[in-house]
Amino acid sequence: MSDFKIVLTNVVKEFNRRVVFEDISFSLKIGESIAITGKNGTGKSTLSKIVAGVLSPSKGKVEYFADGKKLDADRVKDAIGFVSPYLNVYDEFSALENLIILSRIRSGKSALAARVEELLKLVNLWSRRDDRVGVYSSGMKQRLKYAFALLHRPRLLILDEPTSNLDSDGVEVVKTIAQEQRKTGILVVATNDKTESAWCRRRLHL
Amino acid sequence: MRALLSTYALFAKDVRSEWRTRHALNSLLMFVVTAVIVILFALRSVEPNPELFSGMLWVVIFFTTMSGMSRAFVAEEDRGTTLTLQLVASPGVVFWGKLFLNSGLILVLSGIISVLYKLFFSGFVVKSPDVYMASIVLGSLGFASASTIIAAIIAKTSGRGTLYAVLLFPLLIIPLLTAMNSTTKSLEGAPFNDAIIDFQTLLGYLMVMVAGSSLLFEYVWKD
Amino acid sequence: MKYVRYGAIALITFVILAGIAIPTVRTPQGLFEFPSIPGLGQKTRNIFFHVPVAWTTVVAFLVSMYYGFRYLRTRDMDFDVKSVSSAGLGFMFCFLATVTGSVWAKFNWGEFWNWDPRETSIFILLLIYAAYFALRSSLDNDELRARLSAVYSLVAGLTVPFFIFVMPRIMTGLHPGAAGDVEGMGPVLELKMSGNMLFVFFMGLIGFNLLYVWMLDLRVRAAKLDYSQLLKQSK
Repeated sequence: MSDFKIVLTNVVKEFNRRVVFEDISFSLKIGESIAITGKNGTGKSTLSKIVAGVLSPSKGKVEYFADGKKLDADRVKDAIGFVSPYLNVYDEFSALENLIILSRIRSGKSALAARVEELLKLVNLWSRRDDRVGVYSSGMKQRLKYAFALLHRPRLLILDEPTSNLDSDGVEVVKTIAQEQRKTGILVVATNDKTESAWCRRRLHL
Repeated sequence: MRALLSTYALFAKDVRSEWRTRHALNSLLMFVVTAVIVILFALRSVEPNPELFSGMLWVVIFFTTMSGMSRAFVAEEDRGTTLTLQLVASPGVVFWGKLFLNSGLILVLSGIISVLYKLFFSGFVVKSPDVYMASIVLGSLGFASASTIIAAIIAKTSGRGTLYAVLLFPLLIIPLLTAMNSTTKSLEGAPFNDAIIDFQTLLGYLMVMVAGSSLLFEYVWKD
Repeated sequence: MKYVRYGAIALITFVILAGIAIPTVRTPQGLFEFPSIPGLGQKTRNIFFHVPVAWTTVVAFLVSMYYGFRYLRTRDMDFDVKSVSSAGLGFMFCFLATVTGSVWAKFNWGEFWNWDPRETSIFILLLIYAAYFALRSSLDNDELRARLSAVYSLVAGLTVPFFIFVMPRIMTGLHPGAAGDVEGMGPVLELKMSGNMLFVFFMGLIGFNLLYVWMLDLRVRAAKLDYSQLLKQSK
């Protein structure tokens, strides 16, 4: 389980036959990190979705390897945590319910209560855990997305605009999460913010 | 095993979510009641024969399917949770979870519609309950099988409501006509063997639709 | 493609001339007389046009499905262009088959439309084509449009065998050869067509299919030109 690798080979994304980006290749293994930067409309979010495995590239390959073996599509989702502005959790459930329900759908069994508690405390939502997400502020929703992304201890964490809507406390929490992830896994950050891209060793300018 | 538990978890999530928000369920229920009452008014001075009864029964189930079954995917798309589901569940899990949800919903609604017919129309007598049950169950499941993948398709389009009916209608003709046929037989008191050919058709349709759409679903679901 | 074009023109011209000019008589003799089929009489001639057009409709639909499937496997936009071009032609042939059938039905059965199983089936096929194009027009994203419409045509294709094999059992039929035969091909062959009629009929079948192939080629080439024009503009 220690070894994990993601490899992108000649990835191209087209939209209505217009090329969004062309020929992107990189590979990342545990302990490595990359910041994806670029102007609006250059495809940062699109590339982060492709890395997260929820969007197929028009051409090229995205492969995930664990212990030298290629992961099949059904197992990939267990290794990936994704935070994105396009991501939403269920408004009609509370934070606690959301985490438990989503972990059940992911793995068939509920996440450990201790892990859920630890994460909700980390993102400072423990006291509001039984409130419906519908009444949360956008900053609180962003915090909850981190708890959701980290729940299954992903080896690959992808953060698209990591600190949008967050206050200074929240930014600190995210920074800690990012630093922790860089030690234990792979970190991908899509951002235009200089301090955020500084969390990563490598750069990819689109 | 894991996929089975995941599918169940998705199904349970949807049931819980629908129960908690309820407005969709309530409006569907009101739709059903209204439709049956309109038919009651329309037929108040005639004594309908089995064929008319069976036709009117399936008209209500048909339009309920047309108006209610697109929710399975439209609700996810509207809340922006499609991406979340793509992250946590494989296409197969999503397809089966939603298929079970639609099947359950339409079975419950068909049951309610049957009860309403029984309550409102004194002439509505089911002479062969086994044929009737089989018609309702197989017909409803046939409807659910076609409506699930179409719901997934239209969730990605603009102008969903009308488009759903347009896309779904040609696919529902076969189960609709077949189920109408066997329901008529059940009201006339035909033995089970007389309707067996209809049930074979319905079962065949159900299997073809489920097999085909489970294979094609991935292409709809994954961007 | 040149031979396809000449072939289509020659065969269809032949079918129009032969199909209309050759008289039907009670006791045909030689190549230049058709037998008069009881109950059909002069109206038999429709077989040379209506049936080939209806066949071409089904061929176009299957071709469209096939290219849709290829698109899903390869994500190559050219397959989508072929798929939609074929569907467009299928829609046209379907319309022609409906009109020729309907006019014939007016004189044979007394009404333009009788909800005969085969009329119902072709009506549903028209609806499927219409739904297919409605779906396409509601999507702005090329890839999504190609993908969803391919899936829809395949799902709709799943119901086609039911229309051919099951529909005639559910509904009572008026169509020539309908009773007791569910093969779809049946009515044509079971009718007592003489050798020269069969010849004209099969020439019609080949001719209309060649016409379809030629038109498909034209449409695909035109669509590709449009695309390259668009690509040039966007650069």
